[in-house]
Amino acid sequence: MRWIYPENLEDIALGAAVLGTGGGGDPYIGKLMAQHVMRVHGPVQLVDVDELDDEDLVVPAAMMGAPTVMIEKLPRGDEIVEAFKALEAYLGRPVKAVMSIEAGGLNSTTPFIVASQLGLPLIDGDAMGRAFPEIQMVTLTLHGISATPMTLADDKGNSALLNTIDNRWTERFARSITIDMGGASMIALYPMTGAQAKRAVVRGTISLIERIGQSIRRAHREKRDPIEAVLEVTGGFRVFRGKIIDVARRTEGGFARGEATLVGIDEDQGHTLKIHFQNEHLVAIRDGEVIVSVPDLITLLDTETGEPITTEAMRYGLRAVVVGIPCADPWRTPEGLELVGPKYFGYDIEYVPVEERFGERA
Amino acid sequence: MIRVGIDVGGTNTDAVLMDGTQVVHWVKTPTTADVTGGVLRALELVLTESGFAPEKVGAVMIGTTHFTNAIVERRDLAPTAVIRLGLPATQALPPMVDWPEDLRRALGEHVYLAHGGFEFDGRPISPLDPLELRKIAEDIKAKGVRNVAISAVFSPINPEVEAEAARIVREVIPDAKITLSSEIGRIGLLERENAAILNASLQDLGHKIVRAFSQALRDAGIPAPFYLTQNDGTLMSAEFAEKFPVLTIASGPTNSMRGAAFLSGIKEAIVVDVGGTTTDVGALHHGFPREASIAVEVGGVRTNFRMPDVLSLGLGGGSIVEREPLKIGPESVGFRLTEEALVFGGSTLTATDIAVAAGMAEVGDARRVRNLDPAFVEAAVERMQRMIADAVDRMLLSPEPIPVIVVGGGSILVRDRVRNLPTIKPDHYPVANAVGAAIAQISGEVDRVYALAEIPREKALEEARSEAKQRAVEAGADPSTVEIVEVEDVPLAYLPGNATRIRVKAVGDLRLA
Repeated sequence: MRWIYPENLEDIALGAAVLGTGGGGDPYIGKLMAQHVMRVHGPVQLVDVDELDDEDLVVPAAMMGAPTVMIEKLPRGDEIVEAFKALEAYLGRPVKAVMSIEAGGLNSTTPFIVASQLGLPLIDGDAMGRAFPEIQMVTLTLHGISATPMTLADDKGNSALLNTIDNRWTERFARSITIDMGGASMIALYPMTGAQAKRAVVRGTISLIERIGQSIRRAHREKRDPIEAVLEVTGGFRVFRGKIIDVARRTEGGFARGEATLVGIDEDQGHTLKIHFQNEHLVAIRDGEVIVSVPDLITLLDTETGEPITTEAMRYGLRAVVVGIPCADPWRTPEGLELVGPKYFGYDIEYVPVEERFGERA
Repeated sequence: MIRVGIDVGGTNTDAVLMDGTQVVHWVKTPTTADVTGGVLRALELVLTESGFAPEKVGAVMIGTTHFTNAIVERRDLAPTAVIRLGLPATQALPPMVDWPEDLRRALGEHVYLAHGGFEFDGRPISPLDPLELRKIAEDIKAKGVRNVAISAVFSPINPEVEAEAARIVREVIPDAKITLSSEIGRIGLLERENAAILNASLQDLGHKIVRAFSQALRDAGIPAPFYLTQNDGTLMSAEFAEKFPVLTIASGPTNSMRGAAFLSGIKEAIVVDVGGTTTDVGALHHGFPREASIAVEVGGVRTNFRMPDVLSLGLGGGSIVEREPLKIGPESVGFRLTEEALVFGGSTLTATDIAVAAGMAEVGDARRVRNLDPAFVEAAVERMQRMIADAVDRMLLSPEPIPVIVVGGGSILVRDRVRNLPTIKPDHYPVANAVGAAIAQISGEVDRVYALAEIPREKALEEARSEAKQRAVEAGADPSTVEIVEVEDVPLAYLPGNATRIRVKAVGDLRLA
C-alpha cells in the first residue's frame, strides 16, 4: 500500500497516454479533475489486489463518451459518486475498493476522483492493460464477470441502472444512454468480489503507467532519448520511424475510424506504414504486411519529445516513432483473441505477438 | 497605395515603406520603453529618408510583442471577473483552475459559475437564469471590477447564451468591458475560456497601446488608419485590436514568415529567420505559416489560439562561441552585439565574428578576426550550418525538395544551400518582419460541429465556406480577393449521426478603399 498525491498524477497521466494507443481521451482533463478533487478530499491509497478480502465489493469507475464532448462539457464533479451510490443502493452493500477499467488515456485518472471523494482505496491494476474502445473488452469478461448491474450518471443528476444478458448488450445500451446524457457519462460497472478481482485484474498497471511517465520526464531532464526509456519500461519495440503524410478519418458505428499513413525516415527510408484505428490503433501495416496488431499495443511517440500522439492530434507532417508493446497475457489466449483480436475488428489475419516479429530486445 | 509596416520587437523597431508591392525604403531603430517614441522615430526616419510626405501614407500596419510580454511578465493586467455558463455541468474544473498562482492573483480570482450553455447537439444544458446573472453582476460591480470574460459550454456552436449574459451584465455595469469566449476561440472549454480571460485582462493595456500608436501616427502627421497584425498573419483594425488584444500574441514569427513569402514570391517553403539570439524555423503553406496543432501555452496558460508551428533554436548573430570544445549558443550577447563582438572591438567571440572570419559577411572590422585559426572557423561554420539544417529537416513535410527562405538580421550565418535545398535570401531580408506586417491580410474562420446525418457533408462544407468568407468581409477584407485557405473536418468519436467538426478559414486582401 502506498499513497498517491496530486503531483504523482503528472507521471500517471503521461504514461496513460502511452498505453492509450492513440485513444482513451485527453489525459490532461482527467489529470486536472483528479488533482482538483484530491487537493480538496485528500490523497488516494493505492493497494495491491492481494490486500483485499475475498468478500470485498470492488467496483471500477470510468468516464464514457466522446473525447470532444469531454473537453467542452466538463463534468459537474460528483457524477461518479452518484453512480457509485446508486450501485451500492441497488446491491445493498458498501463498495470497499475502486479500480480502473482501462489504464490507457483519461480513464486511468477517473477512478482517483471517486476514490478520493469516498475515501476508498484504489487497486493497482486495471482490466485491459491498455485502452480499448468497447465496454466488454476487459479481462473481466474472460472470467465470466458481468458488466451489470451497472449505473450511469450525468451532470444533471440523472442516473440509470442497467441489467443485461451479456457484456456486449451493456455496451450497446450504455452507449445510447450516454449519447442522450449529452455525449458523456460517468459509469460504475463490473461489480465484483475481492476474490474475482484477484483472478481477473491486470496487476500493477497504475504503477506501470507511473513508471512510464517518470521515465519520459527523467529522460527529458537527463537529455537522454525518451523513446528508449519508454521501451525499457514497457518491454516494447521500435517498429517504424516516419513522418505522417496523411490522416483519413470517418465516423462509423459511433466510432472514429480511419487510417494514418507514414513515410519512413532514417532506417525506414523508402518504406510506408499504415495504421488503422477505431478510437485506438488496431493494426500497423508496413509495405502491405501487418507487422503489429491488436491486442498488442501500437503507440506513436513524437520523435523529439517522446510524448505520445493521440489519433485526434495526428496531423500531416508530425514525425513519430511507432512503438509496439506486448499486451497483457490474458489477451493472448484463444478467448482473449476472440474478444479483442484482429478478427473481432474485421482483419482476417492471425495474431502474431510483437516480440516474435521483432525479436528479443538486446 | 503607400503603406508602412512596423515591427516593434524587443530590441529593434523596424519600419518599411511600401508602394503597392514595392519596398521603397526601410529603417531599423532601437525600441523605446514608451512605445510611442520608438514608433514615432521609425515613422519619421522612413518618411524623411524616402522623401514621402506623411499624407501620402494610406495605411500603417503594426506588429507588436506588448501583449505577450504583459502576460509573460504579469504586468499591466486589469482585475478581471469570469462568468462561466454551464451549471450544473463543469463544476469539476472551475475557471483558471490550471493557471499559475501568480497570474491568477494578478487578475483577482473573481470566478463565477452560472446556468446556461449547450450540449454537443445544441440542446440547452440548463436555461439561463437572469436573476442569477444579475446577482453575479452586482457582486462584480461592488468589487469595482469592470473587465469581464464570459464563457459557455459549446458556445462555438451557439453563441446566443453568451451574448444574452453580456446584455444582463451591461444592464448592471454599463461600462463593463466584456469578452465572449465564442468570439475568440474554438471547441475546448478551458482553452477558449482562458483566451477570453486573458483578453479581458488586456483590455486596458489594449486601449493604452492603441492610443500610443495613434498618438505616434498623429505626431508623425500621418492621417491614415492603422492596423495590428494577429497570430495568423492577418490584420485587425485598431478598434478590433482594442477589443481583442490577445490575438496579437504570436504575430512576431508570423510576420517574418509572411514577409519572407512575399519578398521571395514563394508560397510553399521553409522559412529560417535568424535574429540576434534565436533562429525561428517555420513552414509556409499557401503563403501562410503552418499552424501548431497542440495547445499552446502563453505565460503558463493553455490556449487554443491559431499560432504558427515554429521551432526556435538558440543560434543568432550574437550567439557566444566557445572553442574547447566547440559550442555555439544558446547564450548570446543580444543587443550588445555592436559593443561586445570582436569585429566591433569587443572581446567576446560571437557567431557574427565567425561569419566575418569565414568571409561570409562584411560587418565591422574584419582585421580583428584575421588571426582566428582557419580550421576552427571552418568547424564553427559547419556546426552552424548543421544546426540550421537539422531544424529545417524537422519542419519538412515531405521528402520533395522545397525551397528554404532565409531572412532576419542574422542571415549572414547561413553560408550555402541548407540541406542541399534551393536556398534564397530575398531582397530586404533584414526587415522581412516589418514587410510581413505591411502585407498582412484579413481572415474569417468557422469552427462548428455538424450532424452529417441531417445535413449532407457537401452542404455543411459549403455553409461553412460561405460563412467564413462572410466573416472575412465583415472583418474588412476586399470581397473580390477572399479565398478559402484551410478546410478541415474531424469526425467526433463515439457520437451518432456522423457528427463532424468542420473548420474553415478564409482570407483576403485588406479593403483599402
